[in-house]
Amino acid sequence: MSTSSATPEKTGTHPSALSEFWHYFSRNKGAVIGLGIFVAILFLAIFAPVFAPHAPSEQNRDALLLAPAWMENGKATYVLGTDAVGRDILSRLIYGARFSLFIGLVVVTLSVVSGVLIGLVAGYFGGKVDIVIMRIMDIVLAFPSLLLALVLVAVLGPGLLNAMIAISLVNQPHFVRLARASVLTERDKEYVIASRVAGAGTLRLMFLTILPNCLAPLIVQATLAFSAAILDAAALGFLGMGAQPPTPEWGTMLAEAREFIQRAPWVVTFPGLAILITVLAINLMGDGLRDALDPKLKRS
Amino acid sequence: MLRFLLGRIAILIPTFLGVSLIAFSFIRMLPGDPVMLMSGERVMSEEKHAQIMHDLGLDRPMPVQYLNYLTDVLSGDLGTSIVTKRPVLGEFLSLFPATLELSLCAIILAVVLGVPAGVLAAVKRGTWFDQSIMGVALIGYSMPIFWWGLLLIIFFSGYLGWTPVSGRISLMYFFPPVTGFMLIDSLLSGQAGAFKSALTYLILPTIVLGTIPLAVIARQTRSAMLEVLGEDYVRTAKSKGLSPFRVVGVHALRNALIPVITTIGLQVGVLLAGAILTETIFSWPGIGKWMVDAVFKRDYAVVQGGLLLIAGVIMLVNLAVDVTYGFINPRIRH
Repeated sequence: MSTSSATPEKTGTHPSALSEFWHYFSRNKGAVIGLGIFVAILFLAIFAPVFAPHAPSEQNRDALLLAPAWMENGKATYVLGTDAVGRDILSRLIYGARFSLFIGLVVVTLSVVSGVLIGLVAGYFGGKVDIVIMRIMDIVLAFPSLLLALVLVAVLGPGLLNAMIAISLVNQPHFVRLARASVLTERDKEYVIASRVAGAGTLRLMFLTILPNCLAPLIVQATLAFSAAILDAAALGFLGMGAQPPTPEWGTMLAEAREFIQRAPWVVTFPGLAILITVLAINLMGDGLRDALDPKLKRS
Repeated sequence: MLRFLLGRIAILIPTFLGVSLIAFSFIRMLPGDPVMLMSGERVMSEEKHAQIMHDLGLDRPMPVQYLNYLTDVLSGDLGTSIVTKRPVLGEFLSLFPATLELSLCAIILAVVLGVPAGVLAAVKRGTWFDQSIMGVALIGYSMPIFWWGLLLIIFFSGYLGWTPVSGRISLMYFFPPVTGFMLIDSLLSGQAGAFKSALTYLILPTIVLGTIPLAVIARQTRSAMLEVLGEDYVRTAKSKGLSPFRVVGVHALRNALIPVITTIGLQVGVLLAGAILTETIFSWPGIGKWMVDAVFKRDYAVVQGGLLLIAGVIMLVNLAVDVTYGFINPRIRH
């Protein structure tokens, strides 16, 4: 987005890029709510030791599968109840937010950096390089993402780190395609040609001239990839191939809780609700970002 | 049209080679001795080890091994399951109808509910109706379906006792598979109550698997409709005095459906990934559960064969979608 080249409106002054962005973003109420929830979860995750009433792995043998505080047999010290070995569910959920946000951050960083780099190369150089790269991406996209991630984790060994690597690899082709497509539309525009004529080198053209103008769709896709990564990591954890117990990762917690589904439904309910709320908040933000960053939609 | 078709098929060849290369390298990337991995045995004498290595062709150079693998695959030999000792292709073919039945029901549910919801939301743009439909769609889109499945089990199977928890049909009924589709087979069997039983087993997995496609289709239909409703020909149709139903249902919807059909096609990968989770939760005997079990039992022959077959299915469906797209939208053909 180049707001500096936008024609000034009636006021005669340029709105700053940030305030223009906020103007469009805040028109979408859902996006603002999503942002609020996301900031709250981020805050909880960072200051987990302050907010969590118990240590996430502290077991209380006298309080196994305790119901939430508002139900019969609930105790006020365990607001959301306890799991099968007497750990406080609320505390584990708060610590779990750290894992989910960390997973999202790592996966998005890895897949955006590598994906954009490869996509830029494919789009900028075109020809055989482009064909080879895009065929390889087609191959990766021919597998259902979760299946490929599952098999990659089987090769690398179960665990949170390997799950993140696998999910990044599976996510990456989307960024390659998107970056390539934006580069292709920008590559032959006049400002790029002007810059080339002025003697800009290949790297300068790729990273300083073209890339900043391709960022809008990439940012939107990155938001979606962030929530997809949280879902995929939780799914891998649920299948037993992600974070391993006793890590308080939400998907892993669900997997551990599965056998108590009839006896103690709350052990199953809350971790999933945490996943849903987090993913929903990020997706709400993603919708708002798309509205704010996509010039085609702005006028509608 | 023929050239377009041949061109699309030609692109599939390198992709298929790449997919087979990934399936081929998978077993060789695993930590551990491939002979042990492929034979499924833990201890063996050195002579036997050398014998199996020779039999499996593992003592030959990599490119030769790959060519042999490719030849086997193309002649329909995808290896033998380490656990069941049955051919991988045979197992896949016997389990695939279960996944296909579930996926078809899920996508039908998604289209039947998603398209009208999206159309109505677009027509009533900005109203509370639009906002609630889109809100629900976004929740569906954000849903961890493995948790959604557990919630439905807690409520419908546990609390209300309406639906069974796992399997495809009650053990009371037994009949040989004809089509592999339990709904059809149960009708063909003529046994009283069999169809109803199959239906109760199918309903929760269908809802779980259909949730994300339903949300995606509703959102996509709405935005495609909004785009089309602003077009000149829609205004013309309106000003000709056509009924709103005809304007929306015939003039607008037909054009809005083009991107929606692509979206429906793209859901195949989503469905197969979702089938992994859905089938695991409901013990649905399809290829998703088969693959997860194979990963856990270290049945690498099945994982290798399954990877290739599932990717093959997705590639074929994508081809079909592209061809349909070219058929209904002539602009894309060249």
